[in-house]
Amino acid sequence: MEPIAKARWLPWAGTTVVLLVTLLAWQLAVTVFGISPFTLPTPAAVGEAVVDLLSTPSTWGHIGVTLFEVAVGFLAALVFGLVAGVVLGRAEWLERAVRPVLVAVQVVPKVAFIPLFVIWFGFGVTSKIIMAATLAFFPIMLNVMLGVRSVERGHRDVMLGLGAKRWPTFRDLELPSTMPYVFAGMEVAVVFAVIGAIVGEYLGGNEGLGYLVVVSLNALDAPGLFAVILLLAVLGCLLYAVVNGAKRFAIPWHDSVVGREVA
Amino acid sequence: MGSPSLDKGGTGTLAAEGAAELEVQAVDKTYRARAGASTHALSDISLSVAPGEFISLVGRSGCGKTTLLRILAGLIAPTSGRVLAGGRDLWQGSKRDPAALGKFGLVFQDANLFPWFSIEDNIALPLKLRGVDKRTRRAKAAELCGLVGLTGFEKSYPRELSGGMRQRAAIARALSYDPSVLLMDEPFGALDALTRDRMNLELQRISVATGATVVFVTHSITEAVFLADRVVLLSPRPGRIRSITRVGFDRPRELDVESEPGFQHVVRTLRHQLDEED
Repeated sequence: MEPIAKARWLPWAGTTVVLLVTLLAWQLAVTVFGISPFTLPTPAAVGEAVVDLLSTPSTWGHIGVTLFEVAVGFLAALVFGLVAGVVLGRAEWLERAVRPVLVAVQVVPKVAFIPLFVIWFGFGVTSKIIMAATLAFFPIMLNVMLGVRSVERGHRDVMLGLGAKRWPTFRDLELPSTMPYVFAGMEVAVVFAVIGAIVGEYLGGNEGLGYLVVVSLNALDAPGLFAVILLLAVLGCLLYAVVNGAKRFAIPWHDSVVGREVA
Repeated sequence: MGSPSLDKGGTGTLAAEGAAELEVQAVDKTYRARAGASTHALSDISLSVAPGEFISLVGRSGCGKTTLLRILAGLIAPTSGRVLAGGRDLWQGSKRDPAALGKFGLVFQDANLFPWFSIEDNIALPLKLRGVDKRTRRAKAAELCGLVGLTGFEKSYPRELSGGMRQRAAIARALSYDPSVLLMDEPFGALDALTRDRMNLELQRISVATGATVVFVTHSITEAVFLADRVVLLSPRPGRIRSITRVGFDRPRELDVESEPGFQHVVRTLRHQLDEED
């Protein structure tokens, strides 16, 4: 028999149990302790609100807008992050020269820039895309920079000893060495991109799931608020799953995909 | 026979019979650290290796064995002196001669297999770099897997193999393009004694079968004597050649040769030389 710590069903069973217990505690909190439904609606009320939300045609438009902002912002961050990461990773003098600036820009809470982006790019999707891209850019760039420098010396010696030229060295060594770092950055970045887009929508404009959150709040519609949050959670999970799936496809050999065998 | 007109008189004191496959002349290597400090790693090394010869480099850690091997392999340039492969300079200015490199097969302390390639693709990587088509690569990889005892593991990934198997795959990779010179830097250092004995026998079989010239770095005197035609003992700070000992037993050898008085005498002599350094 399979040892229980390695059983495949374990994560599924665990998640289901946690979910059920949470729902039960939630229901109990509302019915037994009499918490106001304005503060905490019952799970059933939230479920109803979700169904309501999904059966409203305009909701899908809002989902589409947010998804679009996240996707474009993320892809822009990916392109710029890759380029900047490779350049800074290769040219160490350049990285040293701009390091103070990099640190400063990283430390600044970038969400504070949203009003500026609104002034510059208006209330439309552009300012949200830029916010999403700004947040997603740094984890990608930093990871790529690290990845470019993390090619193992022994592996380099192999290629050097074989007299490999530039392009084969890139194709067979540098690129595959860096890929795990790129994906590590992407997994963080896709979550950041969602945050950027949603926070952007909070502060300006009249479309997107962030806007729906604000509308529900203004209407003191707690079940509706919960429903949108649930939708956002699902959206975030799906986007993460896409990136994670791409990783499993692109670097099936990596430890983070295979899972280390513990003897 | 060779072309005497190309012979440069006095190719060092150790010139073996015929043209040397690999040769260093008065090689010096100084590593420069950042803060102006420098390490004199090798001093006035001259050595000539004949085709088909098996040379062991032994010495304490830090005596410059690895540095010397890396210089022979063309991975680093000597500070002064010449490195010749088949009578031609390995370094043309600051560029390595690609023709000479093509004859070298390198095996390092670590197997250094690429984790993103299967064993088969790892073994055939040098062929891929040479533009050999996929089918030929597959066939060659399968053949080499047979030679090093990895048949059935062609499609496995390096992480699925044990340390000894990975090291054998690394040897297969070094053999894939039929190099005439094998340069090995403590290839079995990380293996247990039993596996190591087996690997040494296998290496001997391969080197005899392919007729390759081998330069083998190790810190085990017994291993060095067992494998080599000549054992080169290096002494440290700076790395110099302390002695060169010819081992008179015919190759290939059985493990039993280690219990022969003649063998033990060579080992003892070398060990004494090593101890004299302290």
